[in-house]
Amino acid sequence: MAEFAYEPEPAGGVVLAPGESAREIAGKSPWRLAGRRLLRNRVALAAAGLFVLIVVVSFGAPLYAEHIAHTDPFANNLNGTTVVDGKKVEVLQQGGGPLKLGETPIGPTWQSNYFLGADNQGRDVMARVLYGGRASLLIGVGSAVLACLAALLLALVAGFFRGPVDMVLSRLMDLIWAFPIFLLAISLATVLLTAPDGLQWGPVHVDPSSLWVPTLIIALVYVPYVYRPVRGQVLSVREKEYVEAAISQGASNVRLMFGEILPNVVTTVIVMLPLMIATTILTESALSFLSIGVQPPKASWGTIIDDGQDLLYSRPWVAIAPGIMIVLTVLSLNVLGDGVRDALDPRAKLRIKG
Amino acid sequence: MKRSTLLAAIVVAIAALVAACGGSSNTTSGSGGGSSSTSTANNSAETAGAKGGTLITRANAAPSGSPDPQVNYTLQEWQFLIITHDGLVGFKRVGGADGTKIVADLATEVPTPTDNGKTYTFTLRDGIKFSNGKTVTGADVKATFERLFKIGDSPNAGTWYNVIAGGDACVKTPKSCDLSKGIVVNGNQVTFHLSKGDPEFLQQLALPFAFILPADTPTKHVDIPPPGTGPYKWTEYKPTTAMKVERNPFFKEWSKDAQPAGLPDVIEQRFGLSVQAEVTQVENGQSDWVANTDTIPADRLPELSSKYPKQLHVNPLLQTEYMALNTNVPPFDNEQARQAVNYATDRNALVKIYGGPQLATPTCQVLPPNLPGYQPYCPYTANPGSGKWTAPDMAKAQQLVKASGTAGMKVKVNSDTTDVHKAIGEYFVGLLNKLGYKATPQFLSADIQYPYVQNSKNKVQIGWSDWFADYPAASDFLEILLGCDSFHPNSNSSPNIAQFCDKNVQAQMDKASATGIEDVNTANQQWTGVDKATTDKAPWVALVNTKMLDFTSSRVKGFQFSPQWYFLLAQASVK
Repeated sequence: MAEFAYEPEPAGGVVLAPGESAREIAGKSPWRLAGRRLLRNRVALAAAGLFVLIVVVSFGAPLYAEHIAHTDPFANNLNGTTVVDGKKVEVLQQGGGPLKLGETPIGPTWQSNYFLGADNQGRDVMARVLYGGRASLLIGVGSAVLACLAALLLALVAGFFRGPVDMVLSRLMDLIWAFPIFLLAISLATVLLTAPDGLQWGPVHVDPSSLWVPTLIIALVYVPYVYRPVRGQVLSVREKEYVEAAISQGASNVRLMFGEILPNVVTTVIVMLPLMIATTILTESALSFLSIGVQPPKASWGTIIDDGQDLLYSRPWVAIAPGIMIVLTVLSLNVLGDGVRDALDPRAKLRIKG
Repeated sequence: MKRSTLLAAIVVAIAALVAACGGSSNTTSGSGGGSSSTSTANNSAETAGAKGGTLITRANAAPSGSPDPQVNYTLQEWQFLIITHDGLVGFKRVGGADGTKIVADLATEVPTPTDNGKTYTFTLRDGIKFSNGKTVTGADVKATFERLFKIGDSPNAGTWYNVIAGGDACVKTPKSCDLSKGIVVNGNQVTFHLSKGDPEFLQQLALPFAFILPADTPTKHVDIPPPGTGPYKWTEYKPTTAMKVERNPFFKEWSKDAQPAGLPDVIEQRFGLSVQAEVTQVENGQSDWVANTDTIPADRLPELSSKYPKQLHVNPLLQTEYMALNTNVPPFDNEQARQAVNYATDRNALVKIYGGPQLATPTCQVLPPNLPGYQPYCPYTANPGSGKWTAPDMAKAQQLVKASGTAGMKVKVNSDTTDVHKAIGEYFVGLLNKLGYKATPQFLSADIQYPYVQNSKNKVQIGWSDWFADYPAASDFLEILLGCDSFHPNSNSSPNIAQFCDKNVQAQMDKASATGIEDVNTANQQWTGVDKATTDKAPWVALVNTKMLDFTSSRVKGFQFSPQWYFLLAQASVK
């Protein structure tokens, strides 16, 4: 799986982007400059547009299912029928030949009902792909945001206090980092999914089939990936003159961390966020494909690919459609991430590792 | 025996040990129904073809667990062991219903038990030799059964063979096992003394655990099965690549019924391909058979059905698929709630998940068709009376849920993650929600699902499972899966998943077992009553009885399907 490495430019003065003159940026705040650079980047804007489109259609899944496909994408329809070109046909069709073995789901009708055909339980694939997008995006965005927030907070604490606090937190992150991501995620998921009564943290109860389970697992395994570069930034910023000045004026630790250091390292997290989302969506899909992410009858792109795996020979669209959605989403987020990086931090190095 | 997947992947060896009380294990062995191959042009009992050649079979992976014949509990290895080894008696080696009959094998005849079913006397045939050239003697027989205990982890030593006098002591202290009182050898005569009558003793002697081995076989797991008396001998057993048997030069056919000479010179099973690739190999004639342990992907069925109908063989199995309802945990500790789910289940929809009516038949009861004691019985259907399931009765189901007062309760539906079983689980999540429960899925890897669902500590409310007969006897289903003694609290080896224990039903089981020692026919009638009584109490939602689909290459002639051993490899010709 692709991983990314982000090497931020040490925080400091305003940097010119390629093709940008000093006059153009004079008197503009860094955020305004970044917005302006992003708006000029047509490729990044197109990627953002694509991502927004995917989000909109995914979150419009209930409307599609109810008003266009007229189906419940989570209920099986094994004995169901549908109308194609005015003819009533069975959703699951008995195999041909003299033996009539097997039941094959209906293929793409390219009509409002069963646009992409049915899966092996007679459910509308198109409606499930859209619903699956909702789950994948929620988990992807949720876990990426959680990972970034947790990493940012821990990095602030570790980088600011240094010493034993830094040592403990950094070794903890090293410990998590030392596990292969999928091994750790699979282990956690297996334990959490088999807990007979779910998870109970004080008054908070998480059912094993809840979307929170994959969200929290994925967030946890990616915290170190964000923590490390941000901690480096915090250590660097903490030595800046303006921080020294604030200390000399008696600013509290909280004020120093959140008022002086945080605004100067948050861009690192913002640059990483789109790429984190892309990565977490891929991770969620992989876990769900292995049946340890989103639990059926809920759908995510990974679970639909899993369902489609057994139909690759006769009904390839069941697996191809969510695959295309994953590719488009990850591609758009990667390109958007590049654009955000160029806008916020033009000299930073960011690369995808195969 | 439990075979969580002939229909999916292989299993864990540890689960095979679970088989206590008659063979619960998550393995791939078993036996089938009592009727012969149907629906194929290339039917069973074809005239045998020419001798020679190599029959190349394919399996995704090697048989799970040890290759030792007294430990291994997989159909995959048993299909080879039955052509390399023999017991004192055996199942008749033919396709069709006759394949469940017990015939004399190394013994000259099938003995009639005496002393209230506690004594069996066998006379060994003269001159039968192992593949190492040594002659089979009574001492080999006694040593074989002592080894069964000494080896320490033979799955059914403590549940089937401990009935031999001295067997219980052997279970307690395997290393010093001495069956001198239980097995008395006098020249070619071997007498078994049992501690109590056992109506299924002969059938248990016909299984590979009891196949006779040379007396000098070490009492530890072997890496390749030791010499046997069959028409083939083991020449290769590499779990990562292949297992192979070739002709035994010392074999001379002594009974066509028990151990007919084989046709191919070599029979090989190669491992490592995906099932999809295996099917393609058989289509192309590069391999001859997809092993029963690998399920032919549903995706390929329409293609095979239309292009290769003569190479497909569909046969009924002695098997039942079911959802166990935990009778000790709400809501299914309530009989009305259990009956409600039974009434609501649309078994025709489930048949579709299993591949259509050619591959599965709806059922409501524990015993599968063709098993002794089976009489069609289905109270959980619209318009009951015919004994067959016709349609769900949702109105009655909802009425029962209401009467039970269990509506609104949370229910976790347990199944494994293989395609078919996950779909079954999803179906029940939807159904239970429709009935007014709050159902959620709990799908676990096939490797851990079976031990998990058995353990009462996990409080599984409703869980998928299946069962394949070890041999054709009603007790192998009813007593093992629903008898009081088969429920072991907090154990992964508790085949009574429903935790069902009803005093009246148990009394009927005990009576039928006792009757079977003297009068099998009456006993079978009594087992019919037990089946009905159990079905009425609804500890399960019995789903379907599945059929076995075999796919052979175009060069395979003479396919025969034994209900006990499935495809009889050595009886097929590839020349």
